[in-house]
Amino acid sequence: MVGSYLLAQVTDWLASGRNLFLAIHVLGVACFAYIVARRLVPLLRAERDPRWDRPLARLSKVCKFWLGQWKHPRYKTAGTLHILIFAGFILLATRAFTVLIVGVSENFVMPGLSGEAGHIYNIITDYAATVVFLCMVVAVIRRLIFKPGRYEVPERFGKTHKADAVFLLALIAILMVADSLFAAAKAAGQSQQGQPVEFLAVLSLPWLLQVALASASLPTLGNVYFGAYLLHEITFYFLLCYRPFGIQFHVETSLFNVYFAKLERGTLKPVKWGVSDERLDQVKSFGVKTYEDFTWKHMLDFYSCADCGRCSDNCPANAVGRPLSPRFIGIKARDYAYQHYPMFGRSGNGKALIGNIYSEDEIWSCTTCGACEEECPLLVEYIDKIVDLRRGMVDDGNVPQSLQKPLKALESRGNPYGKMEKKRADWANAKEFQQVCPVKTVGKGDSADLLYFVDSITSYDDRMQSIGRTTARILDHLGENFGILGAAEKDSGHEVRRFGEETLFAALRDHNAGAIKASGAKRIVTADPHAFNALKHDYKDIPPVQHISQVIASEVKAGKIKFNALENKTNVYTYHDPCYLGRHNQVYDDPRDVLDAIPGLKRVEMTRSKDRSFCCGGGGLMLFYEPKEEERMGVKRVQMAVNAGANVIVTACPFCMVNIEDAIKVAGLEGKMSAIDLAELVDQQIAREEPQAA
Amino acid sequence: MEILVCARRVPDTSENEIELNSAGNDIEHDELVYSINEADNYAVEEALQIVARVGGNVTVVTVGGEGDEEVLRREMAMGANHGVLITDDAFSGSDGRGIATILKAFVQKGNYDLILTGVQAEAGGAQVGGMLSALLDYPFASLVNSIEVLDGRKLKISREIEGGNKELHEIDLPCVLSIQTGINEPRYVGMRGIRAVASVPIPTFSASELALDPSVVGEAAAKVKRVDYFVPALGKGAEMLHGNREENVDRVLELVAAKGGLK
Ligand code: SF4
Ligand code: SF4
Repeated sequence: MVGSYLLAQVTDWLASGRNLFLAIHVLGVACFAYIVARRLVPLLRAERDPRWDRPLARLSKVCKFWLGQWKHPRYKTAGTLHILIFAGFILLATRAFTVLIVGVSENFVMPGLSGEAGHIYNIITDYAATVVFLCMVVAVIRRLIFKPGRYEVPERFGKTHKADAVFLLALIAILMVADSLFAAAKAAGQSQQGQPVEFLAVLSLPWLLQVALASASLPTLGNVYFGAYLLHEITFYFLLCYRPFGIQFHVETSLFNVYFAKLERGTLKPVKWGVSDERLDQVKSFGVKTYEDFTWKHMLDFYSCADCGRCSDNCPANAVGRPLSPRFIGIKARDYAYQHYPMFGRSGNGKALIGNIYSEDEIWSCTTCGACEEECPLLVEYIDKIVDLRRGMVDDGNVPQSLQKPLKALESRGNPYGKMEKKRADWANAKEFQQVCPVKTVGKGDSADLLYFVDSITSYDDRMQSIGRTTARILDHLGENFGILGAAEKDSGHEVRRFGEETLFAALRDHNAGAIKASGAKRIVTADPHAFNALKHDYKDIPPVQHISQVIASEVKAGKIKFNALENKTNVYTYHDPCYLGRHNQVYDDPRDVLDAIPGLKRVEMTRSKDRSFCCGGGGLMLFYEPKEEERMGVKRVQMAVNAGANVIVTACPFCMVNIEDAIKVAGLEGKMSAIDLAELVDQQIAREEPQAA
Repeated sequence: MEILVCARRVPDTSENEIELNSAGNDIEHDELVYSINEADNYAVEEALQIVARVGGNVTVVTVGGEGDEEVLRREMAMGANHGVLITDDAFSGSDGRGIATILKAFVQKGNYDLILTGVQAEAGGAQVGGMLSALLDYPFASLVNSIEVLDGRKLKISREIEGGNKELHEIDLPCVLSIQTGINEPRYVGMRGIRAVASVPIPTFSASELALDPSVVGEAAAKVKRVDYFVPALGKGAEMLHGNREENVDRVLELVAAKGGLK
């Protein structure tokens, strides 16, 4: 082997290793194939999940989120590093394969990369390898010295992943060095032998190594060349086969994970794909109880998580010390899969996940706010998994006592408070209100073009009834022919569904859908983003639905709504995005446009706004749940408004109002901070003067 | 272990606005929603947990009418093996002793090791459990808040007594226990569970099937009769605090201290 340098041609330096290299190739590829096959075993036993549709939409996701690394700049340092590394990998892929093949076929040149194109490609990749190498150095320094908080692993979730992370970074650095050394030794040898030298990019890692090797003897260069090749090959295959055991499996899986990612926001997966609602009763078990109840895509999510911690960094439940950190929903499932689907031997044991790797409180702690999913660069899904786990718990009767009463009341009375159905429209029927703003109840001979879907909290909660009344007044001002369902309306069931009670949800939905259709209305409006999301995504075959902020915004644009100037000009307003209006339905600008149309209104943004909005604490049944937490989400949110310099929080959701008003009290900010619903503010500022007679 | 749980359907206090009827001796029953009496639900859960540990069957029985099938189904959806409805026109208007007499007749047709009742019905007098045990000549313990099955047909139970203290007893089987709420965390039953048992037949028993003499039950035999039902007028005892938060907190502390609640 060592004698190989005696050969005259640099390209012959590898000749004596050919069999060895070939053996390593075969071994490496075989190992990788075996590992991947084993990793696929649970996916084949998983629940079905049809994601083969709409290839164009999926490809465009791949272009944006995978190739385009769309989410990464949200974290500046880590994001920049990742974009550089990713770009480097993409560029270097061809070079790496070329090098691998050269070991067994010395004169191999990748098609398309001969001649000039090859030289240019080499120069680019010289720099790419250098950049990736430097990124590894920076990343290791970050991990070891700056230690960003989001990488920490709280004790209850297991051991730190730092060693693994650093080890993997080091391996990539070694790969880059080996690649560069290979090129450098070759160039140095060529130059000593008076052959045409492959030009190395100035100041790149290969170039620096070439300079260092310039005076080395030919035999040394031969050994270095041979050694660099071996190091490159071994490191390459080691990485390939080691990644499926740790946090870097995403290098292989991310492309698939993004391609198969969920396409529709705000929706939930059905209990079982391919089973119609009518046949649901025949399904033996609901939801996820054992690992194998997850869908294959959800398992792919587990493999794909890069452990970057961004989801948990943005999770409000995690922020207030609830026992939930979305990152570990994934990591714990992955650890479980690795343990129960080992490389050798029998796999799977169908153990219950709740009580084993997840706690009940952990799963109930989620407000389904969507902050985690919004942040994940790999488009990992959490809400569907959490809802599926809840479905499993509900099916086993495993529901906190605090939620059983409201669920029972929803079943018997159609609202979580257990209030009488006939009182559902009391907010509208009060005499004084009927005089200024008559609200029709459709169905009793009355019909309307526009149906105002009020939902439970606005119907029954004394404070929130004001949102109902102001919404009605705005519709009245617009001259809409509108009505409500009154006693025929039941809870939209939005949270019922998200808390895993699918059967009860279906009953509420079917009832409401029937009443809505019978009303003959052509459009629906609601001021409750949860109802909005339910009607828009969970109901089928009902008229189109809008949130009141969308209606107001378009009427402001059309000039049909004009505002009086604010009297109090010292107030500073900030808008809190409700999760189910903002993140889940992308209505960010309409409420802001409305606010900005009010003369004299000074508005500031909180740092966490729009798609990074921080959940106020959750709506619907979440108001009944008694979470284990150190602080309230609402209190944190109110502090954010204080930090932004605001003293009025505007929101557009009755549940946000409950949480924020409570939080203002808890934070001791009464008198210094107040909250108002967009509809209330609009109603207060709307210019109502009668049109001037011509 | 064969366990019988006596359950009752009551208007759900949290989901109804209770109004008096025009005669003023009962509540208005139109538009009411009903559910199983809360304590009875805990009793069923406890029975299910015992059976899960030591094996056996759980039967839930109720004395009432057709509408009461609803609670039996709910408890069957929880996991009870059988639901039984005891119904007869002759039973209407029974007082506590009457109900106990009816239940006794039913118990004697079966072979139960343990009979559980809720500690009391929301509208009831906490009498049936005790009377049933006396009629059957079984041992009885009330306010039970934990049950452990011992060898040799014995149970170890604890009872909640004044001031939150606990008392431990051994009790021989068969026996009757009245179960305190909070003994466990009853499992959730949704529509799906109820639908799954919707077509399971529920056997019914009438007075004659239980060989009961109609003259010992029902209104005629009742020696306790409700003569009035009223909502007490709000008394004086309440004091509204009207200060700001700090003042109110101080005042509450003072009041509690004055009553000896703070030492
Ligand atoms: S949806 Fe919201 S609360 Fe739930 S895990 Fe994600 S970020 Fe946390
Ligand atoms: S799920 Fe996504 S955001 Fe969360 S740690 Fe994994 S890769 Fe990062």
